Amino acid sequence: MPEKTMRDAINEALHQAMEQDDSVFVIGEDVGGCSGSAGDVGAVGGVFGVTEGIYHRWPDRCIDTPISESAIVGAAAGAALVGMRPVAEIMFADFIGVCMDQIVNQMAKFRYMFGGKSRCPAVIRFSSGGGFSAAGQHSQAMYQVMTSFPGLKVVVPSNAYDAKGLMLSAIQDDDPVLFFEPKILYQETADVPDEMYTIPFGEANFVREGDDVTVVAFGQMVPKTAAVIDALAEEGISCDLIDPRTTSPLDENAILESVEATGRLVVVDEAPPRCGLTADIAGLAADKAFSSLKAPIKQVSAPHSPTPFSPELEAAYLPDADKITAAIKTTLA
Amino acid sequence: MSIPKETLLHAYRTMKTIREFEERVNAEIMNGQIPGFTHLYTGQEANAVGVCAHLDESDTIISTHRGHGHCIAKGAEVSGMMKELFGSSEGLCKGKGGSMHVADIDKGILGANGIVAGGPPISVGSALAAKIRKNGKVAVSFSGDGSVNQGTCFEAMNMAVVLQAPAVFVIENNYYSEHTHISYAVGCDDLKARTEAFGFPVFVADGADFFAVYEAAGKAITHAREGKGPAGVFAEQGRYHGHFVGDPQAYRAEGELEDLRENHCPLKIFRAKMAESGELSDAELDAIDAEVMAEIEQSVTDAKAAARPTAEQVTEDVYIQYTATA
Repeated sequence: MPEKTMRDAINEALHQAMEQDDSVFVIGEDVGGCSGSAGDVGAVGGVFGVTEGIYHRWPDRCIDTPISESAIVGAAAGAALVGMRPVAEIMFADFIGVCMDQIVNQMAKFRYMFGGKSRCPAVIRFSSGGGFSAAGQHSQAMYQVMTSFPGLKVVVPSNAYDAKGLMLSAIQDDDPVLFFEPKILYQETADVPDEMYTIPFGEANFVREGDDVTVVAFGQMVPKTAAVIDALAEEGISCDLIDPRTTSPLDENAILESVEATGRLVVVDEAPPRCGLTADIAGLAADKAFSSLKAPIKQVSAPHSPTPFSPELEAAYLPDADKITAAIKTTLA
Repeated sequence: MSIPKETLLHAYRTMKTIREFEERVNAEIMNGQIPGFTHLYTGQEANAVGVCAHLDESDTIISTHRGHGHCIAKGAEVSGMMKELFGSSEGLCKGKGGSMHVADIDKGILGANGIVAGGPPISVGSALAAKIRKNGKVAVSFSGDGSVNQGTCFEAMNMAVVLQAPAVFVIENNYYSEHTHISYAVGCDDLKARTEAFGFPVFVADGADFFAVYEAAGKAITHAREGKGPAGVFAEQGRYHGHFVGDPQAYRAEGELEDLRENHCPLKIFRAKMAESGELSDAELDAIDAEVMAEIEQSVTDAKAAARPTAEQVTEDVYIQYTATA
């Protein structure tokens, strides 16, 4: 099977969806790039290159916009409401701050508020998360915030294979999907089939299987946690590593069944802890699997602070192997 | 227009400082010494300096992701900025903010800003404070041609008129919002007219020419200071580097960058005008060049030797403590 980066895997999914369905289009800042310039129009393909090449094949369906995040999301929502399948790009997840109303008050609520009579099959893509020394306004995960809103499906891939299958599911989905691409993983590779395939939402992936501890991790924390679990295996500690892949819908059963079997739970996410996914999963287990627990649940997250700039500070800010290892061992102490 | 010699000397020194700061930052990024996302102001020096020449320390500015030039022009200490960009805990923001968030509140620098058009609404607040306090201060927001298409920019401009706040909107047109040309991204042909339709005057300047910016900004700032409400400055001048360091700049026309550096260089234009008027000699300007080069060199030496932050500092300056997951 060919090896591809996450960037290329998502790019391939977009190309294949565009080929298959004329109602799919991409829209956003520099998704083609260089519009209006004397240079090479279409040469950018988004700042991370995820939409590369689309403009050259489908110039009418690859739409550069002004820097206007509210109008980008609103345009995607409106086009979807009348039957198109837009894939909008918001360059950094942090910019949700600019277009929050169009996401949470508009597109998320159409179907419900309109008595089930509408569909809004829009996908909004974001680069997400830390690791680039990009500081407080270009490093946030944001998916944990958006997971709290009913009416939004929220996807966080952790590898290239999942990213392609989840993107194709997102585009085919009849409801609004927020697709968070951990930008630190864009260049990470996995075996990715050339043909189209989908990965259903709400179906977790067991990245590792073990008996002692259940570990749930999201996005860029999945490969980091897998490395920890592999190291612990040499010490005789075996863990389930569950990657929910979609935070909404959430595969509650996979998590609960694992916790019932191991009796121990560690949850790892890069976002700050309050009202986040680690607390959410811990709450689920405390509510539904309390009698199975042999030890207190451990959460591993960033501290309750903005993301710092300096590399040393960011390294201390993001959960690392030491913190994840310590949390797993604490549940076994 | 007669400009005092001290002002001229300071203007040249500041433009040269910005130029050398930015070129050195570019080199240090290439050397792997400066992390993160950095956007350089090289070529646009006359905008920041021509505007800030009319401001004192208690007037405020707010800036953009391309903020180094504005901060230097408003008086930010170069050494502290360089340390910040290197991520040192001795930096102006203790290594917490980096290039996109350089700030010095004591000097009226309300921060560079990572969100396009994040600044103008905040600047209206600073202007409103000046109006309420009746202290004659003005609040300048720098933003680019990309920012004018954000709702926040529209809202700030309208509200400044409604409140008759002494806000000055300096729009720096460097032709590209990231990689997209203004001819595509701004739907109307006359951005000045579109902006004036909000209800305030806009003064236009060649952004490569300190004297043109100085004159236009003087009119706008005087208008605001005199309590006549907001005003705008449009300065048009291309940037010499990409949107960010590493941008391949596929949008450039052939010869565009060479033309900018050759025919639209604020430093060259300033020197030519001084040679013509005789107000400043080459020797005076050469001496400034040498001093600036030494200052930048020293700032890099200091930044490389400066203290690095420690893990405990992550949660310093956090005013709501939460320890459950620590």
